[in-house]
Amino acid sequence: MDVDKATDSAAPMPVQPAHGEGHPIGLYLKVWGLLFVLSTLSYLVDYFHVQGLLRWILIVVFMLLKAGLIVAVFMHMAWERLALVCAILLPPLALLVLVALMAIEAGHTEAVRQMFFR
Amino acid sequence: MQSQSMPSATTSPSPPGGWRGFVRDWASDREAFPVPWGKAMMWIFLLSDTFVFGCFLTGYMTVRVSTTVPWPNPSEVFALHIGGVDVPLILIAIMTFVLISSSGTMAMAVTMAMRRDARRAGALMIATAALGATFVGMQAFEWSKLISEGVRPWGNPMGAEQFGSTFFMITGFHGLHVSAGVVYLLVVATRLLRGRYERSGNYQIVEIAGLYWHFVDLVWVFIFAFFYLW
Repeated sequence: MDVDKATDSAAPMPVQPAHGEGHPIGLYLKVWGLLFVLSTLSYLVDYFHVQGLLRWILIVVFMLLKAGLIVAVFMHMAWERLALVCAILLPPLALLVLVALMAIEAGHTEAVRQMFFR
Repeated sequence: MQSQSMPSATTSPSPPGGWRGFVRDWASDREAFPVPWGKAMMWIFLLSDTFVFGCFLTGYMTVRVSTTVPWPNPSEVFALHIGGVDVPLILIAIMTFVLISSSGTMAMAVTMAMRRDARRAGALMIATAALGATFVGMQAFEWSKLISEGVRPWGNPMGAEQFGSTFFMITGFHGLHVSAGVVYLLVVATRLLRGRYERSGNYQIVEIAGLYWHFVDLVWVFIFAFFYLW
């Protein structure tokens, strides 16, 4: 990611940014701007009534980009050590299993309701 | 507790990164996360909160997929009548921008705290709290509007009954997080401006409070995508 490059070129990256420096304000302003652009784009998806598969793809892509920017830059994950990154970011993947199971379950419930409650 | 205080092999200037560092951090019978304990604990709390919101959104998916009644169109339900035309989702879009802006000011507050500039950090945190309070205010307006239109947790005039229950539960729980965050930020900002952290020389609490605030923004990204846009 560009973010890594930017910070790498600025200084040899310590585990924590040294006191007296902090991360550059300019980087935060850029990310802030990007988040505004991405939010506007996802709003426009709804405004222009984009429908079907394209709608879901656009919504999810913009959502993941925004989430990635917030976690990596605002929450400083890009500068944390891999041990902490894995401990925090891997467990939520278990939710994907729950989502998959519940999607199957919900589809089944819907099919049964179509048969008996119409 | 900083890692520097640990009497171990980590006193070398730069510990290895990447997978080598990963294995070393977790396998050397010592502190695994070389960050202040408050930060590690906040991350673990946020991880547990991720599961709470993850379960809410999964439950929402389940009831929305399984109902045979048409789901109310969020684009129309959350439209505002401005200047004679219905603008879809406009309030939600403004709320999104307000929350993102509050994240921006919070990130800058953290940088200012790292530079030990207590006055600017405190001012930015108060600005963050003000934006957060604005967000909650707009959410209260949205709730009142929907309630006046007859949306209840057990039913609504627009379509599937589950719409109301999931809406009030998910946005309510998120709004509660924002409200708690506003109080948290104000407490830390007050202490910051009174010079408490200047005396102790430890400004870590600002970054930790920032983690919580950015998480609230992060959750809204998912709610915005799955509940309002889907």
